[in-house]
Amino acid sequence: MGGEESMPIRLTVNGEAVTHVVPVRQHLVDFLRGTLGLTGTHVGCEHGVCGACSLRVDGVLVRGCLMLAVQAHGAEVVTIEGLDASGEIADLQQAFVERNALQCGFCTPGMLMAAAELLRAGEQQTRAAIREHLAGNFCRCTGYHAIVDAVSATLERRAHAGGKRV
Amino acid sequence: MAAFGPGQVYREPGVKAPKFSYVRAASLGQVLELLERYGEDAQILAGGQSLMPALNMRLSAPRLLVDINGIAALQGITCKEGVVRIGALARHAEVATSASIRQYLPLIAAAMPHVAHLAVRNRGTFGGSIALADPAAELPACALALDARFVLQSLAGRREVAAADFFKGFYATARLPNELLIEALIPVRQNWVPVFLELARRHGDFAIAGVAFQVLLAAGIVADARLAYFASEARPTLGLATLAAIKGQRLDQTTTEAAVSALPKDLAPIGNAAASAKLRLHLQGVLTRRALQQAQATITGNARP
Repeated sequence: MGGEESMPIRLTVNGEAVTHVVPVRQHLVDFLRGTLGLTGTHVGCEHGVCGACSLRVDGVLVRGCLMLAVQAHGAEVVTIEGLDASGEIADLQQAFVERNALQCGFCTPGMLMAAAELLRAGEQQTRAAIREHLAGNFCRCTGYHAIVDAVSATLERRAHAGGKRV
Repeated sequence: MAAFGPGQVYREPGVKAPKFSYVRAASLGQVLELLERYGEDAQILAGGQSLMPALNMRLSAPRLLVDINGIAALQGITCKEGVVRIGALARHAEVATSASIRQYLPLIAAAMPHVAHLAVRNRGTFGGSIALADPAAELPACALALDARFVLQSLAGRREVAAADFFKGFYATARLPNELLIEALIPVRQNWVPVFLELARRHGDFAIAGVAFQVLLAAGIVADARLAYFASEARPTLGLATLAAIKGQRLDQTTTEAAVSALPKDLAPIGNAAASAKLRLHLQGVLTRRALQQAQATITGNARP
């Protein structure tokens, strides 16, 4: 077996241009956490089952552990740090606190990244649809009810606020 | 080994996968040349939603990873002269929302919500799912039920392989190590009624039993039908005995029970930690009954003024 093969990458992370040389076998989350110090994105199962590593890459939700860092060359990556700073989900985060939608918090960044996609779609959802949407994200503490409550309440609040503006 | 204690900085381990070389392929020709040279030592990286887990867990140790994501010729979904072409790189999310798929291949449209979770559908590809040939995956079963043909290309040229000849066993296909799966060609069938059913422990997980079924009725009689079982044997299985039981019949209770009774002639499921062989056979019977009932209900519903 030869030495460690590396490759330069240039990408945007949370709006900032980043240039780095990465081992070709390193996955995106290890790069974000270990090299850039963005530890909000969690590594759980590292085989695509738990959803703790959910990220937004070029505008869509992906599993950060199922993509190589070299594959993010030229991409626009948004982590939970970027989503938090943008204020896009401030109301959802508040609802998570109000509803006790987290205990240990390990799954929370992934849950928020995934739920943000439903909020962006902008349509009202049944509890069953919210559950189905979040089925790719494991939570081992809450039993999910409070998480579904928080997402549902945020969707309702946004619909209500949208209605007022008209 | 030094213990990790208070005040110490935890250094993230940098990598999980074994060492490999990586090529971001710029053209189809380059991919085919690399496959010719490396053969089984090369792995194609498309959506990576199964390959990346295998690499992270070191179950796979290729010498070379050929990333085909940048090759435009492998993308897209088009319909021409009664045949839908699905490019190998068409992402599941694209297939799931495609108007052509909904209109011409409603069986695949019905299957897509069962294919993994949103984040996986955004990366995973149609060609990747077919070429991997996971026996519990939805798309190989749909391709079999729809009489798909797969186009394989190597430096020597192109060939087409029918779905019925393509799936050989557990993760085993007719694709040779120097060949790349380019696209799937699937004939459009007008007026067939599709039903896709599966059972999984969690929505979006791999199935523990599943049925891809489509039927053509003429004056209430089954004129033709196709049925593939998945998540039971080492590869998707055509339900030939089940189909023989319904051909030329009305889809009533007697026919349905005859079809369910024929099931053991079609299937000898393999048991594993998720479900025993006996349970899988039982569940496939339940799904077969539901599929026939649902097809009949759809037809009755459509017939109402």
